[in-house]
Amino acid sequence: MTKRFFSGPFLIFILCGTLIPLGVIAFYGITDRSGSFTFDNITAIATPEHREALFLALALAFISTVICLIIAFPLGLILKDSKLGKKGFMVFVFILPMWMNFLLRTMAWQVLLERNGIINQVLGFIGLPSLDIINTPAAVVLGMVYDYLPFMILPIYNALIKIDKHVIEAAYDLGASGIQVFRKVIVPLSVPGIVSGVTMVFVPSLTTFAVSNMLGGGKVNLIGNIIEQEFTASSNWNLGAGLSLVMMIFIVISMALIEKFDRNGEGNIL
Amino acid sequence: MKKTFKGIYLLLIMLFLYLPIFTLMVLSFNGGKTMNAWVGFSLEWYEEMFNNRQIMEALWNTVTIAFWAATIATVVGVMACIGINFMKERHRSLLMGINNIPLLNADIVTGISLMLAFLLFGISLNYGTVLFAHITFCIPYVILSVMPKLKQLENHTYEAALDLGASPIYAFFKVVMPDIMPGIISGFLLSFTMSVDDFVITHFTRGAGINTLSTLIYSQVRVGIRPTLYALSTLIFVAVFVVLVIVNIIGNKKEERKDL
Amino acid sequence: MKKILTLMLIAVMCLGLFVGCGGSKEDAKGTLYVYCFGDYFDPALQAEFEEKTGYKLVVDLFDTNEEMYPVIKNNSADYDVICASDYMIEKLMSEDLLAEINFDNIPNMENLTDNIKTFVEEFDPGMKHSIPHTWGTYGIMYNKTMVDGKIDSWDVLWDKKYKDKIVMPNSMREGYMIAAKKLGYSINTTDEAEIKAMTDLLIQQKPLVYSFANDSAREIMIGDSAAMAVITSGEIIYSKEYNENLEYVIPKEGTEVWTDCWAIPKTAKNVEAAEAWINFMMDGGVAKTNFEYLTYAIPNRQIEDLVDEPVLNPSAEVLRNCETLRNLGAEIDDMYSSYWKTYKAD
Repeated sequence: MTKRFFSGPFLIFILCGTLIPLGVIAFYGITDRSGSFTFDNITAIATPEHREALFLALALAFISTVICLIIAFPLGLILKDSKLGKKGFMVFVFILPMWMNFLLRTMAWQVLLERNGIINQVLGFIGLPSLDIINTPAAVVLGMVYDYLPFMILPIYNALIKIDKHVIEAAYDLGASGIQVFRKVIVPLSVPGIVSGVTMVFVPSLTTFAVSNMLGGGKVNLIGNIIEQEFTASSNWNLGAGLSLVMMIFIVISMALIEKFDRNGEGNIL
Repeated sequence: MKKTFKGIYLLLIMLFLYLPIFTLMVLSFNGGKTMNAWVGFSLEWYEEMFNNRQIMEALWNTVTIAFWAATIATVVGVMACIGINFMKERHRSLLMGINNIPLLNADIVTGISLMLAFLLFGISLNYGTVLFAHITFCIPYVILSVMPKLKQLENHTYEAALDLGASPIYAFFKVVMPDIMPGIISGFLLSFTMSVDDFVITHFTRGAGINTLSTLIYSQVRVGIRPTLYALSTLIFVAVFVVLVIVNIIGNKKEERKDL
Repeated sequence: MKKILTLMLIAVMCLGLFVGCGGSKEDAKGTLYVYCFGDYFDPALQAEFEEKTGYKLVVDLFDTNEEMYPVIKNNSADYDVICASDYMIEKLMSEDLLAEINFDNIPNMENLTDNIKTFVEEFDPGMKHSIPHTWGTYGIMYNKTMVDGKIDSWDVLWDKKYKDKIVMPNSMREGYMIAAKKLGYSINTTDEAEIKAMTDLLIQQKPLVYSFANDSAREIMIGDSAAMAVITSGEIIYSKEYNENLEYVIPKEGTEVWTDCWAIPKTAKNVEAAEAWINFMMDGGVAKTNFEYLTYAIPNRQIEDLVDEPVLNPSAEVLRNCETLRNLGAEIDDMYSSYWKTYKAD
């Protein structure tokens, strides 16, 4: 009976580390500097500059997520079939880059992509047209895909290797074509992995400020940049908290999606 | 044909993931301070790294915070899994949902909400607050890696041990623990990695004076990042990489032997 | 799998041990807590200071003035000496957070050059609370192979032929400073009509911008990726070292002079050590080390002839049109930032 109380420390951390802080941010979001109640900080999302930043962030996060999915799914299939697919090894190959600090990795892309940077010098040397994407939304998308791709690969890979070989064989035996097997067996069975990969890429892309700062050259202004600015340079914490509350909506949606499709935690990143 | 295509695809993705890392490694041997001109091969940044106390302190903080955060998160997480496993379905799914919050929440929201909470309750930001924040976002990773292992577990072995007279604690360590060990270790390592790599949450909760490598890098942005930090990152990366490769070779040999 | 994980675990612990060995600390006669911008003095000086004065030194770093401010304001950590920019010194002073400095304990004060004093007087009348560490101006760094004609005015940033070749500062006040100087306003204007006019002017120029950058501007310039950048004077020596085509000019309309100063918070526990630190920093030899490390101008008489780059030591003539950023208060700051956001979103 008392075994349930093993989760006591966890509950304390959940309460103090997650729920109370969210309460505090909600409190800041619905008050102004002098502490009186207002909805201004939340409705501020509707002003043109905030709305545009939110839409741009949504668009870029959506594109990044789709690209990650397009890259990761075939990769998952290849890894599933290949001899390389020893689980531990593959996981570490995709987690290993995280041991190089993410700010430095993103900065390295800056060096690589600069108009006269390494990639363009190489392209110029072999006579190809240069790649002018630095300081544009395209570079930001590249940065997002780069930073969050492992979070798409791992859950999809995990969902794919859990598919029983016999199920696929049975489908073939019953006369299904390769495409049918893919559409009717493999994709549906990997949905939990896809859903958790999609949320793990979409949410951080939507709220990032470091990637857009470094690769967008200050010209790509996302909602994350605006929130960060409110907390640092403009020191209007209430407005920053109010806008963060709006962002929470997307997290709630993600949680609902995961709850719907991945009840048993099959699409975990491990 | 199909095989070559697969190989090329894999190679391209590896290139994409490791190209920036390779770039930084090369730049750490650049004699100049700039990222945009090759001045000549030099080890000066490696030398400077060991003499720079700020870097060493940041490294110390990074490693100790990651170690303690991962350790505490692992203990709390494993206990939580056991507890949750004995709960009613409704409570269980509620808790697993809440467990997802720090994982899905934008780093910036997590970081800021923790900072505001600390300041509101008059807790001055220091090493402890960073550690607390890191434990908070590490626990979900532990739970997510231990929980599936615990579910696969046959409850009968544990009960059998109890029937044979083992105390619950003894039975847990002797019977349950070995089976969920891979989950525990990967939860620990994932937590450790996430903690080392985190910037945003540390940035908002560190307050004065505690630098980790991430925040040190960010604080140097004002005057330009010194290549000493590339040197340090290169060393850390190479160390982890070498261990991984050795472990794999050993692992493969063992398997070959088994096959024989 | 299990073996792999176990060995990884061992490796992680070894890393911990390896680092642990370097962490020992010894006692000294007192500890000095310094709170400073990241990488803002030669780290080798840390040991030299400890040896010379016997104090143990703890240095904490921050990235921006705005990050430092709440720490000092809420007194969430006890610092004996801080480094802050001009307008932030003024803000801290206005809230009575800085102590007056006893200059009897800082004999090296005589090394301070005169040209900086008028600017410090602007934000710290009587110079009682702050002592400059570094200073500089904002100007245009350009690549002489990529521009034609004489570059001497902010107007060049609005020249359409440099479309996509201009790097602008990624900070609000510096952006407005350029527009203000071009229009002949004060860089500290609080007039909404003027702020609006400046925003419109900047929006006109935005299509020409290659990127907004502060630190990385010099890297972009060194790599020949842009023709000109608005940047602080301190970057030119360093940048020229790697790209000899780079030049720096202070536009004739005038510009912003910035000063980063040492100051002692009212809550300082070890004022003596703080004074010793400031005195140490103003020593001629130390100033030379710092100058060579940072290549930012350091207002010290002992190294005046070392700083042969005229832009680092502008004449009184050039400085006549220059101003220092002032603290404008929360309301004006909000007004500026809402206009800046419309500019960035445009």
